[in-house]
Amino acid sequence: MTPVVPDRRGVSDAPVWRRLQPVVTFVLVVLSIGIPLWLVLVTAAKSRGEALTPDLSLPTEWHLLENLGQVWGDGEVLRASLGSLLVVVPSVIGVLLFGSMAAWILARRATRLNAVLYALAISGIVLPPAVVTVVLLLRQLGLAGSAVGMIGVYMGIYMSTVIFFVTGFVRTIPTSLEEAAQLDGASPMRVFWLVVLPLLRPVLATATILVCLYVWNDVFYAFFVIGGRLDTLPLNLFRVASAGLYLNNWHLIFAYVILMSLPLVVVFAVAQRKIISGITSGAVK
Amino acid sequence: MLITTSRRAASRTTTATRGRPVVGRRTHPMWFMAPAFAILLVFFFLPTLFNFVYAFTDWSGFKSAIRPVGLDNFTDLASNGTLFRSLRVTVVYAVLVAIFQNAFGFGLAVLLERDTWLNRVARVFFLIPVLMSALAVGYIFQALLKPAGGLNRLLGIDHAWLGDTTWTIVVVALIHAWKWMGLSMLIYLAGLKTVPDDIVEAAHIDGASRWRTFWAVRFPLLAPAITFNVATALLGSMNGFDIAQATTGGGPARTTEILNIFIYRTFGQGLFAQATTMSLVLFLLVALMAFPVIYVLRKREEIL
Repeated sequence: MTPVVPDRRGVSDAPVWRRLQPVVTFVLVVLSIGIPLWLVLVTAAKSRGEALTPDLSLPTEWHLLENLGQVWGDGEVLRASLGSLLVVVPSVIGVLLFGSMAAWILARRATRLNAVLYALAISGIVLPPAVVTVVLLLRQLGLAGSAVGMIGVYMGIYMSTVIFFVTGFVRTIPTSLEEAAQLDGASPMRVFWLVVLPLLRPVLATATILVCLYVWNDVFYAFFVIGGRLDTLPLNLFRVASAGLYLNNWHLIFAYVILMSLPLVVVFAVAQRKIISGITSGAVK
Repeated sequence: MLITTSRRAASRTTTATRGRPVVGRRTHPMWFMAPAFAILLVFFFLPTLFNFVYAFTDWSGFKSAIRPVGLDNFTDLASNGTLFRSLRVTVVYAVLVAIFQNAFGFGLAVLLERDTWLNRVARVFFLIPVLMSALAVGYIFQALLKPAGGLNRLLGIDHAWLGDTTWTIVVVALIHAWKWMGLSMLIYLAGLKTVPDDIVEAAHIDGASRWRTFWAVRFPLLAPAITFNVATALLGSMNGFDIAQATTGGGPARTTEILNIFIYRTFGQGLFAQATTMSLVLFLLVALMAFPVIYVLRKREEIL
């Protein structure tokens, strides 16, 4: 039996507040999260006529499955899902692998040159990418409108974030583990794959979540690089909604939102504990 | 005292590492950095460099030749008011988002700090907007905030929340903050957890009230979390697009046309040089704001 750790004292341990806080929490969740989500659900279940003016009322007849089926077909959800995966998976794997390799060296070899390179590398966290001229560059490289071009752009944009998080994490790892492997004659590549990479799992989990979140939901960069040539879920939502807004087809827009949001929400529901602890430990280190 | 100790330890590690360059070259080769920096060079820095070149040309989708035109793009955008309006809108928007997102995230972290089952469930709920597409969030609120939408029906009024030229930018900033407050909450929660118990206990023993202990002891120790959250909210929202595009498209009367919306619209019209010019303006704006902001926030951390 785990010994009960006494509650840490703070604002939240006042007796009155302790009773009030659950009520405040519940009301806040219902009002700020429940209402918007409710709107999505009931509108996606309405007929076209009822969805013209989306509100919080229940549908007189439930059309949820019909509407989901219609956007699945009309919105080409399957093809767009494959397009999204085609872009997201290599981007995430590539940026984590190359970012970690660089971060390991930047953390271990604290030279003046590496300090400059590190500053350069992480400047991309805040500095906005040049979205228009990247299109020009991709044309010159023959990658315009291609998945490879899109993957390269995403890696270029999010490499900074990965290098920032992983370098900070590597600095907290004792060097003794690497030195033991080095004494046994292991090459740098073996040390990296067999010793360092496994130790990086917590921060790589954090980075995976963040990069997946940004890339999976991206519409802005995708518009510039692959707009009109390769379908992704957000680009399709943009297209479905742009057409749907003229017709006030809110039932289809929200049906699409449900289909599009499910993958990330499901992944989150399954891995939530790991995700939350990963993000919290990564950001404040 | 704990903070001082960890700093000295960090210094020692750095010194020790610096003293073994020969070992470093063999065990930690520089070429490990080559793939990452090659990608950064080609897909991030090179386009940025191009930004500084093509903003001074007449590049467009209507002709194949590209000629230098000096500062024409800047003077054109400045003279018709577009440049300064978009700059002002973007800065106001970013400041509002930073304020709202951090206020909401911080408030939620304090509210949900105790580890009860209800709080754990609530944290998950506040993370749902973070997971959703920003575009989807925009459409949800467009529907909610229509004159005949859900919010007005609930309140029994008839107000065009997204049609007011003064307040719409505030509304859109609130929506942006709504989407990301869960992430800020998570990071503030992490920060609250790292505050050592013994410091808080010492303050209580000295007779400090709960309120005073919170603001005098725990809040200052949240400096790293504040740095991360304020910097990402302020600078990230300057690069925003989806929510404003989905709710207002930059309207009413272009009062929410942040720079990326202008860039998107102009690029779509084939006016590549103008879009590039605004992209350069955005780059310079963020660069000019990023380093002072981060410097000040980091300075505040060091004082502790």
